[in-house]
Amino acid sequence: MSDHEHDDDFSALPHHEPRMSDIDPRAAKRAERQVALLFTGAMLCGIAFIVAFAAVPVEKLVWVPLIGDTQLSNLLLGLFMGLGFFLVGGGAIHWAKKLMPEQEVISERHDTGAPAEARQATFKELERGVNESGVRRRPLILATLVGALALMSVAPLVLIADLGPKPGTKLRYTMWRKGMRILVAETGQPIRPQDLLVGSLVSGVPDGIDAVLEAEGNLNELAKAPVILVRMDPTDIKAQQGTDWDFQGILCFSKICTHVGCPISLYEQQTHHLLCPCHQSTFDLADGGQVIFGPAARELPQLAITVDTDGYLVAQGDFAQPVGPSFWERG
Amino acid sequence: MSDNKVLDVTEGAYDWVDDRVPASNFLKRNLNKVFPEHWSFMLGEIALYSFIVLLLTGTFLTLFFKPVMTEIVYHGSYLPLNGVRMSEAFASTLDISFDVRGGLLMRQIHHWAALFFVGAISVHLLRVFFTGAFRKPREMNWLIGVGLLTLGLLEGFAGYSLPDDLLSGTGLRIADGIVLSIPVVGTYAQFLIFGGQFPGDIFISRLYTVHILLVPGIILALITAHLMMVWYQKHTQFPGAGRTNDNVVGYPLFPIYTAKAGGFFFVVFGVCTLLSALVQINPIWMYGPYVPDQLTAGSQPDWYIGWLEGALRMTPNIETDLFGHTISWNILLPALVLPGIIFTLMALYPWIERWATPGDNGPHNLLDRPRNAPTRTAIGVMSLTFYILLWIEGGNDIIASKFDISVNAMTWFMRVACIVLPPIAFITTKRICFGLQRRDRDKLLHGYESGVIKRLPSGEYYEQHQPISYEERALLSARDDKEPYVLPVATDANGVRQKGLAHKRVRAKLSGWFYGDSVPKPTPAEIAEAGHHEEELTAARQADIESTRAKVLAPSPSDET
Repeated sequence: MSDHEHDDDFSALPHHEPRMSDIDPRAAKRAERQVALLFTGAMLCGIAFIVAFAAVPVEKLVWVPLIGDTQLSNLLLGLFMGLGFFLVGGGAIHWAKKLMPEQEVISERHDTGAPAEARQATFKELERGVNESGVRRRPLILATLVGALALMSVAPLVLIADLGPKPGTKLRYTMWRKGMRILVAETGQPIRPQDLLVGSLVSGVPDGIDAVLEAEGNLNELAKAPVILVRMDPTDIKAQQGTDWDFQGILCFSKICTHVGCPISLYEQQTHHLLCPCHQSTFDLADGGQVIFGPAARELPQLAITVDTDGYLVAQGDFAQPVGPSFWERG
Repeated sequence: MSDNKVLDVTEGAYDWVDDRVPASNFLKRNLNKVFPEHWSFMLGEIALYSFIVLLLTGTFLTLFFKPVMTEIVYHGSYLPLNGVRMSEAFASTLDISFDVRGGLLMRQIHHWAALFFVGAISVHLLRVFFTGAFRKPREMNWLIGVGLLTLGLLEGFAGYSLPDDLLSGTGLRIADGIVLSIPVVGTYAQFLIFGGQFPGDIFISRLYTVHILLVPGIILALITAHLMMVWYQKHTQFPGAGRTNDNVVGYPLFPIYTAKAGGFFFVVFGVCTLLSALVQINPIWMYGPYVPDQLTAGSQPDWYIGWLEGALRMTPNIETDLFGHTISWNILLPALVLPGIIFTLMALYPWIERWATPGDNGPHNLLDRPRNAPTRTAIGVMSLTFYILLWIEGGNDIIASKFDISVNAMTWFMRVACIVLPPIAFITTKRICFGLQRRDRDKLLHGYESGVIKRLPSGEYYEQHQPISYEERALLSARDDKEPYVLPVATDANGVRQKGLAHKRVRAKLSGWFYGDSVPKPTPAEIAEAGHHEEELTAARQADIESTRAKVLAPSPSDET
C-alpha cells in the first residue's frame, strides 16, 4: 500500500485477499459439498417433521432437562422445522460466502430528485389541467366541491356513535343495595363476623352477582362490585369514610384500584397496608383507605356494612362514591 | 437462445410473461443492483422477515381461533381447567395449544416473532439514528419507520390481548383506565370502544379485526413504501476506501444478495421456530381465563410495553379538579402525553437537526460514524438512558422482590434518576465522542502507537509511531465537518435592523450547541506539517545515533599516544 502512503486519494477499494476456495479447487469442492450437506440436512428435517406430525400424539408429554415437562409434539415439530429452515438459510449463506464472487463492485448513484426540466414540464401540465377544468373562472364550483367533500367525509363518522351506549351514570353505581349479603368470592357462601379472625382478609362479591352476570351476558359487574373484607382490632382503626361503616372492626373496601382498575389483594397484616400488584399503589385500610404510596390519587371507596337478622354481613347500601379509575365526570 | 439448460427450460414461460408485462426492462436494470454490506444493515431485514413469519403463522392461527367473548364451560383436553367458565376466545386458544397438532408451535412462533419484530424495528431505528441515515433524501422513510414502530407496538399489544387470559385482560383493564383518563371524552371513548362498560361482551371481536386486518394492512402498505424507497434511493453506506457520497459499493442483488438475504430469512424463521420448540412463551393456561376480580402478583407486559408501564408506575399521584371535573394527571401524563411527545420529537428529529445545520442542502449517502456527530450521539444516548430507566421501573416489583429492596425506595430512586441520569449521559457521551475524535486526529497526524519503546544513546526514550493502513486512513478521513451557523450582523449597511433576528438567534444558538467544540479533522497542511515534524525528529534521532557512534568509534585521545 506504499503507493497510497501520503495522498488524499481514497478512491481505490480496500486490499483484497482471495479466499481458499478461489485459489484451491479442492477447497472449492469442499465448500460445494458443505453447502450440499446443509441442504440435505434440511431435506431430512422436512421428512422428520412429517413423520413427527403423523406419529406423535399431541397430548404426549416428555421430560427434558432444563425445560421440564413439555409437549413432545411441539418439541419435535419445532426442532425439525426450526433446524430445517436454519439449514436452508445456512446453506444459502455459506454458498454465497464461499463460492460466489467476493470482490465488491462499485455502482454510481443517480440523483434521487427529478431534474428541474421535468419539474417545470409537470407544472405546465398541471397548469393546463387546472385551466381546462375552469376552476379559476368558476370559483363557485371549487367552493361547493370543497364544501361537499368536507361534509361528506365527516358525515359518515356519526356511525361510530352507535359503537356503544351513552355512559349515563353507569360508572357511578354498582349493584350493591341495602341488606345485600356479602358472599365469599371463592366459596359463594355468606359470611358471619365470627368467621373472620383479626388480621384476615377475604375477597367478597354481592349476593346474586351470578344472576346479574348471566342476565347481562358480560363480566361488567365483576369489574366494579368486588370487595375485600378485613378485620382488625377496632382500636387500630384511625379513620373511616363514614361513622360506623365497620362492623366490630370488620371493614369492607372496594377491591378495584382507583388508579387504573386492577383488583387489589396484597395485604400486610401488621401495617394494614393494601398493595396493588399492577403499579404498587398502597392504601392504608386502617386510615380510611388513604393512598400512602404510588400513582393512585384517591382512597379506596369503603362499603358501609352491618349484619342482617341471621347474623350475616350485609351492605348498608351502595358505595358512596364511584369505584375504580377516575373519569372526567366523576368530580 | 441460450446454451444454459435452466434458462432454456424457463424461456417459454419467461417470454410469455415478458410479452405481456416488460419484466426484462425491470430485471435488466435491477439484477445487478448493488447493496452495501454491514452487519447493522441486517436489523431492518430481521424486522421484515419476522413480519413475514407473523403473517404466515398468524394466518394459521385465524383458522382455529374464535374471537368471541361468549362464556362457555370448558371441557377440553387441558384437565386442570376442566369445568371452568371462560370465554370462547380463551377456550379456542387452549384448543390451539392442546388439541391442534402444531398449534402450540404456531402460537409460540407467532409470539416470539412479534417480540423480534418490535425489537428489530427498535434497534434498526437506533442504527439509523446514530449513523445519520435519516438525513436528506431519506426523511420520508424515517417518518414511515416511526409510523411502523408505533403500529408495531399497537399491533403487539392487540395481539397478546386477544386470548382473553388473566394477564392480557389485566393489560386491557389498564388500557381501559388510560382511556378513561382522557379529559372531556374519556368516558364516552370507553363506552364506544368496549361497547359499554369494561369488559363488555364485544371487545375481543373488535380487537380481532384491528389485529388481523386493519393494522397489519397498514403495516404491509408502509413496509412496501419503505422498501420501494430504499430500493429507489439506494442504501446508505459507511465511509471507507472506495466509498463516496456518489457511489455505492457492495455486492449485486443477483446472485449474492438473493442468496444471503433469502438465506437470512430462513435463519430468522429457523431461530424463531427453535426458540418456540425449546422456550415456552405466554403459557395462558397457567394464567387462566380473565376474571376482572382476580390478578396474580408480578404481572408483566411484553417487553416493548415495559417503558410505558414504568412511566405509569413512577408518576406521582396528581389529580386535579376542574369545575367539578376530574383530570387524572397521574395517568394522562405517563400514558398519553409522554408517548405523544416522544413520538412527535422522534418524527420531527430530521427537521430539527436540519434546522441546526444551515446550508446543508446536499444528499447524505455516506453514514456518519457516531463519534463524528457528538451532539446527535449524545441526544441518542440520553434518550436511550431515559427509555431504559422507564423500562427498568416497569419491573420495579420484580426487582424489589428479587433484590430484597423496598419497592418505594426503588420507585423514588427511579423518579430522581429519570431526571438526573439522562443529562449526565448526554454530557458523558459528548465528551467521549470528542475524545474519540481527538484519537482519530492523532492517528491521522502521527500514526498509531506501536508500543515499541526505543532508547537513544543519549538516554532519551521514545515510542515508535507506525503509519496507519490505507483503509483506516480512508475511514478516518471521511468526515463531513460542519461549521456552526454564524449569526448575521444585526443591522445592514444602512443601519436598518434585519427582520426575523430572534429566530436567527435561536438558530445560531442551536447550531452552535450542535456543532461547536468539535475536534476538526486535520487539514492536508497539518498532515504535511506533522509528517515534516516526524521527519525532523527521525533526523535528529539519527543524528544522535550517528554522533554517538562516531564518538565510540573514534580513537580516544589516550589511544593516540
